[in-house]
Amino acid sequence: MNGRARPSSSRQRHWLGFLLLGVVLLAVPFVAALGGQAWVRIANFAILYVFLALGLNIVVGYAGLLDLGYVAFYAVGAYAYALLASPHFGIHLPFWVILPLGAGLACIFGVLLGAPTLKLRGDYLAIVTLGFGEIVRIFMNNLNAPVNITNGAQGITLIDPIRIGDFSFAQTSSFLGVTLSGPQKYYFLLVALALLVIMVNIRLQDSRIGRAWQAIREDEIAAKACGINTRNIKLLAFAMGASFGGIAGGVFSAMQGFVSPESFSLMESITILAMVVLGGMGHIPGVILGAILLTGLPEALRYGIEPLQRALFGRMIVDPESLRMLVFGLALVLVMRFRPAGLWPSSQRRRELAESAG
Amino acid sequence: MSEQQLLLEAHAVAKHFGGVKALHDVSLTIRRGEIYGLIGPNGAGKTTFFNCLTGLYRNEGGHFIFDGVRLQADAPHKAAAVGIARTFQNIRLFGNMTALENVMVGRHLRTRAGVVGAIIRNPATRAEEAGIARRAEELLHYVGIHARAHDYAKHLSYGDQRRLEIARALATEPKLLALDEPAAGMNGTETEALRVLVEGICRDGVTVLLIEHDVKLVMGLCGRVAVLDYGEKICEDVPAVVQKDARVVEAYLGGSVA
Ligand SMILES: Nc1ncnc2c1ncn2[C@@H]1O[C@H](COP(=O)(O)OP(=O)(O)OP(=O)(O)O)[C@@H](O)[C@H]1O
Ligand SMILES: [Mg+2]
Repeated sequence: MNGRARPSSSRQRHWLGFLLLGVVLLAVPFVAALGGQAWVRIANFAILYVFLALGLNIVVGYAGLLDLGYVAFYAVGAYAYALLASPHFGIHLPFWVILPLGAGLACIFGVLLGAPTLKLRGDYLAIVTLGFGEIVRIFMNNLNAPVNITNGAQGITLIDPIRIGDFSFAQTSSFLGVTLSGPQKYYFLLVALALLVIMVNIRLQDSRIGRAWQAIREDEIAAKACGINTRNIKLLAFAMGASFGGIAGGVFSAMQGFVSPESFSLMESITILAMVVLGGMGHIPGVILGAILLTGLPEALRYGIEPLQRALFGRMIVDPESLRMLVFGLALVLVMRFRPAGLWPSSQRRRELAESAG
Repeated sequence: MSEQQLLLEAHAVAKHFGGVKALHDVSLTIRRGEIYGLIGPNGAGKTTFFNCLTGLYRNEGGHFIFDGVRLQADAPHKAAAVGIARTFQNIRLFGNMTALENVMVGRHLRTRAGVVGAIIRNPATRAEEAGIARRAEELLHYVGIHARAHDYAKHLSYGDQRRLEIARALATEPKLLALDEPAAGMNGTETEALRVLVEGICRDGVTVLLIEHDVKLVMGLCGRVAVLDYGEKICEDVPAVVQKDARVVEAYLGGSVA
């Protein structure tokens, strides 16, 4: 973090770790496929949420701006893709045009949200951003009359998959003797995107801009006195976070082939925020862990609980969906009670909490 | 006195909070290269003067001329940009950042790298980043807390935190360094070390504006001193004269320093 030389043995361990991680990342879609393509899709969503959570981490973890409307940018990206690559308007632009466009559009929305909230902090900011998220969702829901733009609650269907020339991410194809299903291809695309956002997070953290964000988080007045234009730097955090949300939305659209306002509820924003907080705010590995756990566990429950109930009682007693929320809530409460800095906080946060407790 | 010699002119600066007149038409001039003291009893308006000067508050009346240019002090970062750096009476550090990082934040103003540079880490950005770190280390040496470079600011001792604030302020390359009670809470040895530091800063070409309650320190350090009382400047002169001024003795020194 601050350029101190690492002993070579620990550096070697680092490389070994990366190698292991690489092997695991490569194996996941094939191992998951043994349980059916549904599991590959779950893995995909886990990585999509890693991407989203790390985007939000820039706003919440680094700049300390509590944003409860993050899903709005995800929605903007998703709808941008849906409208520009589906039969709805009969427009079929290639993904490499729409994804940057969606990111740019989300970025503009980020600034739109950021500008009026610059003077707000903490709970006040949370409430305004929450409202913003809901406004975007309600717009998506109602922009079907008088001119049908978003097709309302029915959503938009038959969205083009990501396609490079003849190579479509929606179909199974094989090369070099390896057969890849659609979801498996998306998996690798998502991993590539996730690695990108991880790199961006790491590099921003130790940069002039990243330090300015952290300074604002720590003490806004002192940051101003140091010559930081807090308005611009905060807007930059909103814009950066939002553009990642926009990209994630676009990929989501392409992967699902269908979007509707339902996917962008307040619950979604809260889930993404919970991933950041639960994992360990501002600590990249923690956020990744939080995202994977909060996507994976509920799905595992959903698929595990039904057979389990049938085996135990011979019939379904509790609806898996409601049980899922129960476990989700319980997990949150437990983590916040016993590991308030998150599951995997940076070593410094951990020390801090140990200090204040002891 | 020629224009060239003046660094800061305050012209009838006024600021009130509701009925409280925190500053009442305060005018003063600070010359290049001097250490200028600002003293006065509690609530006299010293910190308020700093806040107006650095753009944290907007003064209702009067204006500042800094380095020959009228200050558009509507935003603190602009005051920092023209060369006014400050410390705070109630220390304001970035607690969860290391001492080194705190000073590196101070370099923000004098460096350029944006988001793109940070992400692609082109040679120019890397060179700039190395320069920031190097300068920050130098400044930590300069104020004498280099050994604590990698400790979190909030874990530093009180005196070290005050020094760190000075290092961070110096990182912005100020022409005027405004110190708000830097010796508050320091013991005798620490205060003496601070005196040496402030003298050094002045010798290195930075003009210093010093608010301080420690009369001995002010009288020993400052070339000239202004006294505020209930938001009004009641005296401005060399320490020897100020100490004997009847109004000052009555208002502030309470006769204890004859
Ligand atoms: N933000 C504020 N809102 C209301 N009143 C204020 C504010 N800041 C300062 N004051 C009032 O202005 C007056 C001057 O305060 P100031 O902090 O400038 O005094 P000071 O000379 O720095 O005193 P001290 O030596 O205690 O630091 C005081 O009466 C104070 O109560
Ligand atoms: Mg004060």
